[in-house]
Amino acid sequence: MGAPEDGAPFFFWELLAANILRHRRLTMRGGFSKNMDMSQAAIEIENLSKEYPYGFLSLKKRKSLEGLTMSVEDGEVFGFLGPNGAGKSTTIKLLMRLIFPTAGTARILGKSIDDVSMHGSIGYLPEQPYFYDYLTAHELLDYFARFHQLKASDRTARVQAMLKRVGLDTAKKIQLRKYSKGMLQRVGLAQAILHDPQVVVLDEPMSGLDPLGRREVRDIILELKRDGRIVLFSTHVLSDAEMLCDRVGVIVGGKLRGIGAPGELVDMKEQGMEVLFEVSGAAGNLPLLEKATRTGERYRVQLPEAELYSTLDALKAAGARILSVTQIKPTLEEYFMHLVETDRAQASAVEVSGK
Amino acid sequence: MNRRANYGLLLGAALLAGFVCVWKLQEKVDAERTTLRLEADELTLRSPGVMKKLSLEYAPLMGAIYWTRAVQYYGQKHHMHDQNLELLWPLLDISSTLDPNLIVAYRFGAMFLSDAPPRGAGQPEKAVELLERGIKANPDFWRFYQDLGDVYYFDEKNYLKASQAFEEGSRNPAAMGWMKIMAAKIAAEGESLETSYALWLDVYQTTTDKDVRKNAEVHLRLVKAQMDLRNLGQVADEFAKRARRPARSIIDLIQTGLLPGQPLDPAGFPYVIGENGKAELNPKSPLREEWLREKKK
Amino acid sequence: MRNIQTVAANTFREAVRDRVLYNLVFFALLMMGAAILVGQISIGIEQDVIVSLGLSAISVIGIFIAVFLGVALVSREMDKRTLYALLAKPVKRWEFLLGKFFGLVMTLTVNTAAMAAGLYMALWSVKHPLLKSDAFILAAVYLILLKLALIVALALLFSCFTTPFLAILFTAGIYVAGLFAGDLRTIHGVDIDPGSLRLMRGISYLLPNFQNFNVMGAVVHGRGVPAAIVWHATLYAILYIAIVLTGAAVIFSRRNLK
Repeated sequence: MGAPEDGAPFFFWELLAANILRHRRLTMRGGFSKNMDMSQAAIEIENLSKEYPYGFLSLKKRKSLEGLTMSVEDGEVFGFLGPNGAGKSTTIKLLMRLIFPTAGTARILGKSIDDVSMHGSIGYLPEQPYFYDYLTAHELLDYFARFHQLKASDRTARVQAMLKRVGLDTAKKIQLRKYSKGMLQRVGLAQAILHDPQVVVLDEPMSGLDPLGRREVRDIILELKRDGRIVLFSTHVLSDAEMLCDRVGVIVGGKLRGIGAPGELVDMKEQGMEVLFEVSGAAGNLPLLEKATRTGERYRVQLPEAELYSTLDALKAAGARILSVTQIKPTLEEYFMHLVETDRAQASAVEVSGK
Repeated sequence: MNRRANYGLLLGAALLAGFVCVWKLQEKVDAERTTLRLEADELTLRSPGVMKKLSLEYAPLMGAIYWTRAVQYYGQKHHMHDQNLELLWPLLDISSTLDPNLIVAYRFGAMFLSDAPPRGAGQPEKAVELLERGIKANPDFWRFYQDLGDVYYFDEKNYLKASQAFEEGSRNPAAMGWMKIMAAKIAAEGESLETSYALWLDVYQTTTDKDVRKNAEVHLRLVKAQMDLRNLGQVADEFAKRARRPARSIIDLIQTGLLPGQPLDPAGFPYVIGENGKAELNPKSPLREEWLREKKK
Repeated sequence: MRNIQTVAANTFREAVRDRVLYNLVFFALLMMGAAILVGQISIGIEQDVIVSLGLSAISVIGIFIAVFLGVALVSREMDKRTLYALLAKPVKRWEFLLGKFFGLVMTLTVNTAAMAAGLYMALWSVKHPLLKSDAFILAAVYLILLKLALIVALALLFSCFTTPFLAILFTAGIYVAGLFAGDLRTIHGVDIDPGSLRLMRGISYLLPNFQNFNVMGAVVHGRGVPAAIVWHATLYAILYIAIVLTGAAVIFSRRNLK
């Protein structure tokens, strides 16, 4: 795999890798029938783009999403990663038909996103949800449920079940205007999965939640995955993505920079070893100490694997106490920060050159 | 906690005291402002057309409001014995433009625009204009013709036009029979006390407007006094013919059996015989002033 | 169709729980009381004043509700993003809009009926037996309701593509302009060229002629309203509302939400 700076070629390589992975998953499920269309993914996005006009007479255009092409597989939990304003929410809103693309198409469960009836199989939790504050949770869920053409008895049963599942059973008769942010997020989740949809789309589901709330949301996502549902969510919290997603798409500056399993995206090449040790004043002037970062009497130093044993011997000779030796692996966070910085450098370069 | 309650009570008392002061001060200010003699009832907008446009679709309501203003205006002026009724016509002009079917406005206007000061504005020509407008908008309301006739008869003293008005009104099948009779009588005789009395009596009996009824009553009393004086004059003349000298007092007339008793004028004061043996109103009678004014017309 | 019903029912519930509504209706009932008082100082036209003040109150307050709630209903949803979760359901955008419209019209009907009942009570307390001519007041109230429905449709249209403030301004502006549409048709002057005259005539027909719904002058004085006027006004309202709502639906269907 090439370095992230390689732009297009890297991206193409990733797509290829994704295809290979998909093929592998299909075969792992015990073969595939001839009727199944190999290219029929749960969510297919092709060249999706969104431009916003701005400035004097709306002549200038700001590209908030450019040429997104990707797909989400059946039974997959997919995460959109990216900084604020990268285009994650834009993508989701485009999929949910809240805004309209300036180019490109998308299909969910085989149907075009223009088909509103397909929404019956989708659940959506908007970013920072706000609901009719004059309704109670019970009334809101009942109201939303009515759009799904359920039988009355079925509807009441589901609403009740949902309220219990998100832990709002006791608060269900209180008007939403009195709800805390976390409670609103839970109501949002409830209305998203009320009708047992095949696809669940969550826009920043963890935002504004305390650790307990986040854990609950994570559990629900995992439950959905276990039930074979497709989950698409966006977040800028990398640890959540690493923990939950089968695959991750990194969007920076309106473009898809990388897609694949969280582990695949980063260069697996080791970057050496890190040694943590303690040494008292008696050690004297080890040249090593200059390369190390020091906190009190503890030192942390990074070195290539080849030099590991010679360094350990030197430390042993100096009478240092070895605390730990670990392998340095780049994390998703570093990959991410690198992308963001590259993007910023490119953007400022463009500005300087005066378009 | 006690401190808080005391504080609250103090604050409440202070607020109350403040309001009482404001009240008293306002009374003082009101008293002072009356010395300013400002025309408090300036009509900022005099154009009926503009008012109609401004009223959007609520013209009938605005018409009723302006009509109410007109009545209040008249009432206040009357109460303060102020003879200046110059805003009455503009107010009625606007009212009738805003709601052309506001019958009462025309009738009220007919009386108080045409009647001479201090009872009215003394603008009979405006009353005629108002009534003609009323007739145009409400051709079935025959009483406008009655009002028109009254204006011509009493204030314009145009007996030809008065007779024509009564004639025109009598053509309406709903009109009372006396309209036709009145038309003929006025055409023949012009002004006569009997006619005047009959006309005022009908107004007095049929109107629902308190101000109009009061005004009609005033006129009725005057006409009655005039009729009494005329009859009394005839009796005095008869006495002078018989006694070959003018009567010196009512007693003379009673003693000769020409009068059954001391006649009283409608205000309750006894009639007197003046210096030249003519019948006159009692100098103390409140009718005297009005009678003199009538004579000057 | 069921989606429209669902949205309409919820809109009605939203309006009912909006406390502004109660204040306005209370104010209207206060006006009825005031009408009785005012009637006492307007000699000879007590009943006329009650009817004209009552109908005016119903009309003005109804217009306030129609304009402010009509704009708020859509704008507030778009602003506060309550719309996001809703449009993710299998409901079409035009169904949502129609549901809002019917919900608000239902609300206005209930309010207007309550205020009309207040008016009849005021009338009854002043002149005890109600005459047959008082039934014509209902015709006036019905026509006012038609007018309010049209105003709601206009408010919804404008709030689909402008800010709430501008939507209120435009709706109020069209209401006033529509009242003078008839005058525009009969305008005449020496120096107006025929082209401009034709243009003004055209505009006068395009504008909603709100005077079609105004029979206050007749009803206030106890005169009747011909059935033909009521019937034609109804047709006019239905047609014009259909046009406005179609426009609103088209605009809203293409609108990018924030």
